[in-house]
Amino acid sequence: MAESTRDIKRRMQSIDNTRQITKAMEMIAAAKLRRVQERVERSRPYLERLTDTLGRVVQAAKKEGDELPIMAQTREGSRRCLVVMTSDRGLAGGYNANILRQTDRYMRDYDDVQLILVGRKARDYYRRRGQNFLAEYVNLGDHITFRQAQEMSQVVEEFYANELFDQVDIVYNYFVNSVTQRVRVRPILPIPEPPEEAERTGPQPLYWFEPSFAGVLNTLVPQFVQTSLFQALLEASASEQGARMTAMRSATDNATEMIRDLTLSFNRARQDAITKEISEIVGGAEALQSR
Amino acid sequence: MSTFRLEVVTPERTVLDQDVESVLLPAKGGQLGIWANHAPMIAALEIGVAQYGPKSGRKENLAVGGGFIEMDGTTLRVFANTAETAEEIDVMRAQEAKDRAEQRLQDMQSEWGHYRAEIALQKALTRLRAVGE
Repeated sequence: MAESTRDIKRRMQSIDNTRQITKAMEMIAAAKLRRVQERVERSRPYLERLTDTLGRVVQAAKKEGDELPIMAQTREGSRRCLVVMTSDRGLAGGYNANILRQTDRYMRDYDDVQLILVGRKARDYYRRRGQNFLAEYVNLGDHITFRQAQEMSQVVEEFYANELFDQVDIVYNYFVNSVTQRVRVRPILPIPEPPEEAERTGPQPLYWFEPSFAGVLNTLVPQFVQTSLFQALLEASASEQGARMTAMRSATDNATEMIRDLTLSFNRARQDAITKEISEIVGGAEALQSR
Repeated sequence: MSTFRLEVVTPERTVLDQDVESVLLPAKGGQLGIWANHAPMIAALEIGVAQYGPKSGRKENLAVGGGFIEMDGTTLRVFANTAETAEEIDVMRAQEAKDRAEQRLQDMQSEWGHYRAEIALQKALTRLRAVGE
């Protein structure tokens, strides 16, 4: 007999403790997910419509030959900036690993890449590897505010206006549902060109700008950057809770299975012990009789 | 009466999506009235009260915290930084925000703090005006 009943009992106890923790974490993540999922879904229409409108405006301006503000102009250079969105905390399955893998690939694909890191996981990863980065944002918390996105966007825009880089992308986990999150790389600066098919549909409206074309674009472009970052932060936050919930659920399931297996071994061990004891007693009694 | 689509979106949510006959907006250059078939335009908005509904008769109020609009002839899209209909506004909270902002305006010396308090005050006053207080 391999293990004593006491050892098995102790291991079961320890696995059960772990299971209680993973179960609790699963439930916390589920509660947080419910809140942030609603927010992310409600906030999507704004960015979608803003992207459409901005596309139409830039196109109309091109047709008219108006000069675009620097933020909307395509530049010659190929220096890039990547905003990497990870979480502060782990135990969320492949959530952070997928983002970091994508980031490493991005840095292999493009020569000149500078990083802006969101979340402790990304910061610690690149700090450990001695990689330089432009800025870091940690401790954003579970409730993402528009103010946080605005602060980030101010920094990005200032770097961009000072020509530290020529293009800006964000990499984040897009929230599909609680079990599926997809890594996405989204361009935010310069303002992305509208898709081809939008260009062909019908006559383009000739917009009247109030107070002026430059005045409108100067509020529109920062708004686009802010909202893109805000949206990505929300998507990432919902994805994080979803990923953690799923990871913790499978951890709980695994623990349950281990306990079931151990219960079987425990019963077998106990049965063996009883059998052994009986045979010893019987053996002892027979020995007495035969005397 | 000819109607057009009114969509009001904020970064947080969609506030309105309905057909209306007339919309009055607090544009940067002053009040802006929009009816169906208005020429395509894009305009920046101030913090203020917008009104929407039938051409004649009672209009609904909407407190808008700045932003801009796009009218493409058939749809008016309002991209508001914040927006609440009159029913959604928490009068108590708006009143408190107003008092707090006024207090801050008196205390504050720094220009940036002053600017922010002024905006907060404007937003609070707009909300109160939208519910007709």
